[in-house]
Amino acid sequence: MSGRWAPGPRWGVLLALLLALGELPRARGVEEEPGGAHGEAQGFQVVTFEWHHVQDPYIIALWILVASLAKIGFHLSHKVTSVVPESALLIVLGLVLGGIVLAADHIASFSLTPTVFFFYLLPPIVLDAGYFMPNRLFFGNLGTILLYAVIGTVWNAATTGLSLYGVFLSGLMGDLNIGLLDFLLFGSLIAAVDPVAVLAVFEEVHVNEVLFIIVFGESLLNDAVTVVLYNVFESFVTLGGDKVTGVDCVKGIVSFFVVSLGGTLVGIVFAFLLSLVTRFTKHVRIIEPGFVFVLSYLSYLTSEMLSLSAILAITFCGICCQKYVKANISEQSATTVRYTMKMLASGAETIIFMFLGISAVDPLIWKWNTAFVLLTLLFISVYRAIGVVLQTWILNRYRMVQLEIIDQVVMSYGGLRGAVAYALVVLLDENKVKEKNLFVSTTIIVIFFTVIFQGLTIKPLVQWLKVKRSEQRDPKLNEKLHGRAFDHILSAIEDISGQIGHNYLRDKWSNFDRKFLSKILMRRSAQKSRDRILNVFHELNLKDAISYVAEGERRGSLAFIRSPSTDNMVNVDFSTPRPSTVEASVSYLLRENVSAVRLDMQSLEQRRQSIRDAEDMITHHTLQQYLYKPRQEYKHLYSRHGLTADEDEKQDTEIFHRTMRKRLESFKSAKLGINPHKKAAKLLKRERAQKRRNSSIPNGKLPMVSSLQDFTIKEKDLELSDTEEAPNYDDEMSGGIEFLANIGQDTATDSPSGIDNPAFSLEESPGILSGVPPWLCPGEAVVPSQRARLQIPHSPGNFHRLAPFRLSGKSVDSFLLADGPEEQPHAAPPESTHM
Amino acid sequence: DRGGPGLGGPGRAGDGSSHAARIPDVDSLRRETGFSQASLRRLYDRFQALDRTGKGYLSRLDLQQIGALAVNPLGDRIIDSFFPDGSLRLDFPGFVRVLAHFRPVDEEEEGNRDPKEPEPLNSRMNKLRFAFQLYDLDRDGKISRHEMLQALRLMVGVQVTEEQLESIADRTVQEADEDGDGAVSFLEFAKSLEKMNIEQKMSIRILK
Repeated sequence: MSGRWAPGPRWGVLLALLLALGELPRARGVEEEPGGAHGEAQGFQVVTFEWHHVQDPYIIALWILVASLAKIGFHLSHKVTSVVPESALLIVLGLVLGGIVLAADHIASFSLTPTVFFFYLLPPIVLDAGYFMPNRLFFGNLGTILLYAVIGTVWNAATTGLSLYGVFLSGLMGDLNIGLLDFLLFGSLIAAVDPVAVLAVFEEVHVNEVLFIIVFGESLLNDAVTVVLYNVFESFVTLGGDKVTGVDCVKGIVSFFVVSLGGTLVGIVFAFLLSLVTRFTKHVRIIEPGFVFVLSYLSYLTSEMLSLSAILAITFCGICCQKYVKANISEQSATTVRYTMKMLASGAETIIFMFLGISAVDPLIWKWNTAFVLLTLLFISVYRAIGVVLQTWILNRYRMVQLEIIDQVVMSYGGLRGAVAYALVVLLDENKVKEKNLFVSTTIIVIFFTVIFQGLTIKPLVQWLKVKRSEQRDPKLNEKLHGRAFDHILSAIEDISGQIGHNYLRDKWSNFDRKFLSKILMRRSAQKSRDRILNVFHELNLKDAISYVAEGERRGSLAFIRSPSTDNMVNVDFSTPRPSTVEASVSYLLRENVSAVRLDMQSLEQRRQSIRDAEDMITHHTLQQYLYKPRQEYKHLYSRHGLTADEDEKQDTEIFHRTMRKRLESFKSAKLGINPHKKAAKLLKRERAQKRRNSSIPNGKLPMVSSLQDFTIKEKDLELSDTEEAPNYDDEMSGGIEFLANIGQDTATDSPSGIDNPAFSLEESPGILSGVPPWLCPGEAVVPSQRARLQIPHSPGNFHRLAPFRLSGKSVDSFLLADGPEEQPHAAPPESTHM
Repeated sequence: DRGGPGLGGPGRAGDGSSHAARIPDVDSLRRETGFSQASLRRLYDRFQALDRTGKGYLSRLDLQQIGALAVNPLGDRIIDSFFPDGSLRLDFPGFVRVLAHFRPVDEEEEGNRDPKEPEPLNSRMNKLRFAFQLYDLDRDGKISRHEMLQALRLMVGVQVTEEQLESIADRTVQEADEDGDGAVSFLEFAKSLEKMNIEQKMSIRILK
C-alpha cells in the first residue's frame, strides 16, 4: 500500500514474499530477471508477459491476500488469538514481512503512506463505526465523550509537549535541533487516542458498553482537536516561533470550532442526501448499497477538501443516516451493506496494522534517542491517567452511572495510539521539522508499545480488576424477563415523577424527527398500498416456507406438513417466523432482531455459538423478540437492527387497548356492577377520552402517525380483506373504546383467532385499525390509518385469512370465523387478565 | 452528561428551603427518603401538578391520566403499587416514599450508614421488593406460575401463542424455583437476579 511503488523490477520481493509465506527458506535464492516479457519485440507474440502493466494493482491485491491469509492463520490457533490481540499479531507479522522485503530488496520498498491511509484505509473503519454506532449509548454519554475528546486531548498534547520541552531544556536528551513549537507539534499528534487501535483492542476485551463507548467515542471525536492542533502548530513551526502572535492563537481556537462543527455539518448534510437518495432506490435495488458507501465517502472527501475534520464528517454521516437508510433499503441491501462495511473495515484494519509493522522496517527512518522515547512513553501514560482522573472527578458529579476507579484505570490504560499518529508524523515536512525522523521513530515505538504491550496486558488487567464486562452469556430467563420489567418500571416512574430531564432533548428530537425528517427521508412505501401489502404477504409466505423447512429439519422430516393430525401442529405456529434451528440459516438474516447492543460481529457469532439448548433458545428468542420494549429502549433514534417506528406504534396501541380494557373492567366491577349499561360505559369512556386528550399530550411520549392519516379514507378500495370490517368499525369507533366495555357480549365478528394470548383475543379490531391511540386523535372518530391497514399481514389473525394454505389447526378456526361470526373460540373470560 | 433541568445546585438551596416550608414534615421525609431538599421541592411541584383538582392527595385516576403510562405494559400495576392495601388516596409522603426506591445508591452514604437503622428505601433489596410485589398479586410472598403467566401476558406481544407463553412461564419459574414448590419466593427471586446490577438498573439519575 505504498506510493513508493516505483516502476522497476520488484520481482525478487514478490517471489521472496510468496515463498516466505510458503515457508520456503530459500526465498532469496529464487531471484529472476523479468527479461522475457520485455525482450526485443520480434514480430507478433502469442503470449506476452506484461508485469509492468499490472504491477501496481497486482501488488495491492497480493498484499490484501497476504493480510487476509494471515488472519486465517492466526485463527488456526485459538489459544494465541485469545491471548494476543490480532492487531499485535499483525504488527509482528508486518515486522517479519518487512524484514524479508528488506533482506530481499535491500531497501524498504513498502510503507504505509499518509495518502493511502487517509484516503482509502481510514474511511471504511470510521464509516463502520458511525453506521453501527449505538446511537442511544453514544448520545447518552455525549457530554462525557466530548469532554474527554476535547479537553482531554488538549491536556495530553499540552502537557506532553511542554514536559518534553522541559526535559529537553534540562539537557537530558542531548543535542537536538528542536524548539518548543516542535515539541508541541509532536505532543499534538501523539496525544490523540486512535480509533482504529482502540476498536481493534477493545472489541476483543468486551468491557461494559459504557466504558467502551466513552473510550471509543473519544477516539473518534478527538480527531477534530488533533487536526486543528496539528495544523496550528505546523503552521506555527513554519512561521517560526517568534512570529506567532496572539491573533494566530485566537485564529487557532476559532478554527477548532470551524473544523469540528463544519465537519459535523458536512456529515449531516451528506447523511440527509444519502437518506433522501435511498428513498428513491426502489427500482435499483442492486446498486442501493453502493449509495451508502459512495455518499459517505464523498462526505469524507468533501470535508477533507474544505480542510474540515473528515473523520467527524463520515462518523456523523453514518450516525445520522443509519435510521433512515435502514428503513429505506431492502433487507437484502441492508445485509449487503452490513457485511460489506464490516468486510471493508476489518480488511482495512488488518492492512493498517500489517503495514505499520512493515513500515517500521526501514533503516532510513530510525533515529534513536533513548531519553526522548522513554520520556514520551512515560509522559503520555502518566498525563493520560492524570487527565482521566481529573475529568472523571468533574464528570462524576453529573453522571448517574459513576465512573469508578477501575473504569478510570481501564480508560487510562486503553488510551492506545495508532496509525493516525503515524500518518500525521509521516506527513511532517523534513525541511521545517528538523527532527522528523526522531518523531517518526518515537511515534512508531509509542504505537507498538501501546498496541502490543497494552493490548496484550489490557485483557488480563480487565480480568484482574474485575471490570464490569459486557454480557457475553445469554442471560437467564428470569434476568431477561425481570430486566425488561425493570425497564418498564423505570420509565413509568420517570413519567410519574415527571423527571424527564434526561429524556427531554431526545423527546424534542424525536418529535421533530417524526414530524419532518421521517416524512422527508423515509420511503413512503405505505402509499403503494396494494403492492406493499402483497409484498409483505409474499415475504411472510417466504418466511413461512423457510420455517417449514427449518421445522422439518428439526423434526428430521417434512412429513408433519402432510400429517393430518393436529396435535402434531400444536407447536408449529407459522404466523411468526419461529426461532428454532433456522437460526443459523437464511431466515436469521431475514430477521436479525437483536435488540441489545452488539458492538461487533464477533460477539454476534459467539452468541450464536453459545446457544446450545434448543428449547432454551426458542424460549429466549421468543422473549427477545416479543417482549414489549420499554420506551427507553425503543423510542430512540438508533437501532442497530432497524426497529422501525411501525413496531413501536403497534406496540403502543396494543398495550393501550389492553390497559384501557382492564381499567374499564375494574371500573365496571367497582362502580357499575358486573353488567354495565352501554350508555354508562359510553359516557365514562367519552369523559375519559376527553380528559386524556386534554391531559396527556403534554407528556407527548406517544408516537403520532399523522403522516399517514391523510390519505386513509379515500383509498378504501385498496382494502384487501377487511372490507367487512369497515362498517362495524365505524360504528364502534364512534363510540371509541366503549366497544371495549361491551366485550363480553360483542361478537367481535372479526376478532382474529390465531392470537392465543387471551389478553388480546377480544379487542383486536380496534387494536389493528387504529394506528393512533385515541386520545391523540383530533376528532371523536378515529380514522383507520393507512399504516394500520398495512399491518394486516403482520397481524396473525388476518394473516390466517390471507394465507389459505396454512395448515395449523388455528387456520381452520380463522376460516370459520371469517365466514360465520357466531363462533368465538377464544372467548377467554376477562378475569384471566384481571389484576 | 447534562445535569437535569432544575437540578438544585448549591446556589439555589436558599430559595429552596423557603419553598420547602410548604411541604409537610419536610425534615422527617428527607431523613426517611434520602432525597435532597431540592428534589423534594421538585417532587412536590410534580405532586401538585398531578393533583389537578387541588384536593391535596392523588387518586388512581390522577396517575392514570399520565398518557405514557397507558402504553406501559406494567403501568397499571405500578400505579397500584402507589396505593397499598387498597387505599384510594395517595398523599405526598406516600408518593415520595415510593419514588425513593429509585434513588441511585450512594456508596458513601451506604458506607456511613448506621447498621441499626432500617435499610434505606433505595437499597438493593428494597428495589427488588418493589419489583417483586408487582408480580405477587395475591401478596402471599410467592410468585406462582399463574402470576408469572399473567405478568408475561402483559409484557409480551400478541405474536406469542398461549402455549409458548405457558412454556415460558413454566421455564421461568422452574429456573428460579429452588425448593421445588412451583413458585418463586422473594429470596429465590433475589437469587435469580443476583448477577444483575439492580442498584443501577433500578435507579433514576434525576432522583438523586
